[in-house]
Amino acid sequence: MEIKMDMISEDKINSMGSMEKLRFVLDGVKSGNIVVLEGGLTPEEQMKLIELTMTEVNEDFPGIEMSGYPAKRGFLNLRRKTRLTVIGPAKVMRTIKKEKDLISAMISAI
Amino acid sequence: MKAKGRKGILSRLIKALFFRKRTAKIGIYGPPNAGKTTLANRIIHTFVDENEDMGVSTEVPHETRRAVRRSGIIIDLKSKSMQNPNSILDSKPGRRKAKAKLKLDVVDTPGLATKIDFHEFMAYGLEEEEAKRRAKEATEGVIEAIKWLDDIDGIVLLMDSTKDPYTQTNIVIIGNMEARGTPVIIAANKVDLADAAPQRIINAFPQHPVIPISALKGENMEELYEEMARRFR
Repeated sequence: MEIKMDMISEDKINSMGSMEKLRFVLDGVKSGNIVVLEGGLTPEEQMKLIELTMTEVNEDFPGIEMSGYPAKRGFLNLRRKTRLTVIGPAKVMRTIKKEKDLISAMISAI
Repeated sequence: MKAKGRKGILSRLIKALFFRKRTAKIGIYGPPNAGKTTLANRIIHTFVDENEDMGVSTEVPHETRRAVRRSGIIIDLKSKSMQNPNSILDSKPGRRKAKAKLKLDVVDTPGLATKIDFHEFMAYGLEEEEAKRRAKEATEGVIEAIKWLDDIDGIVLLMDSTKDPYTQTNIVIIGNMEARGTPVIIAANKVDLADAAPQRIINAFPQHPVIPISALKGENMEELYEEMARRFR
């Protein structure tokens, strides 16, 4: 089985509203795709994504696997710069190692 | 969402300045099976009643599927059960002084997770229908735990010292609390186990206080209570 990977630019992500962004990600993941977001999701958006995911968990869709680098502090610690976030179906993606600047994940076809 | 975060900080600031609450609500958060209910029970046994429990803890994940709040717990650092000749209370220079008494509401929350598969529960011997029911309740529990964050004044984030601390749920909880300006104490639990490595947690989150504990055995709880009294006053 082939697994599709969608790599989304920061510009495209920034052009979407918050809910639109989360819906876009979750629809992609529920279709079986791995979604890679340049620039990543903020911690607040990630929490909303977990919440949205939980409303849609069922016997066929157990949820998501999500990995991302922690946000970087900006000037005077005032602005947090989010970085890359990877989201995939929990059935096919499994994070095997994660450090501050390293994500190692296993993708296995069903 | 960023605007919402700023609004959250502003409303907290206004509340703190003009509507100072007498009792802080402290949430015990963390992934499933980190020992949240064991810690909640330990707090109740120490400061309220040895025979009272906030919840049941088992090895099956998502045992707690509804948030449970216990109001009016008085953390009394000078109580008999807290007498400790090696207490660090007020002893470290430059540290904020801990209050001797602190009244808290403690909320034991369901474990946060990004996935809930009913097959996992069947591996613990649950029948399929029971496993599916538990999975459904567990998803509702995760949502409830997230909703509670809006009403929480501080959190004790429990992590399992035997596991990799860099999980996305840990990062998401900490990121959200930092955005809201809510104080966080990380409790590195299960230090009584042979493969515990609390130093990994200390290295992973140097911006927050990390207290190695064993909620089950009651190890180093005094230091956690003192940090709670220091941060949540």
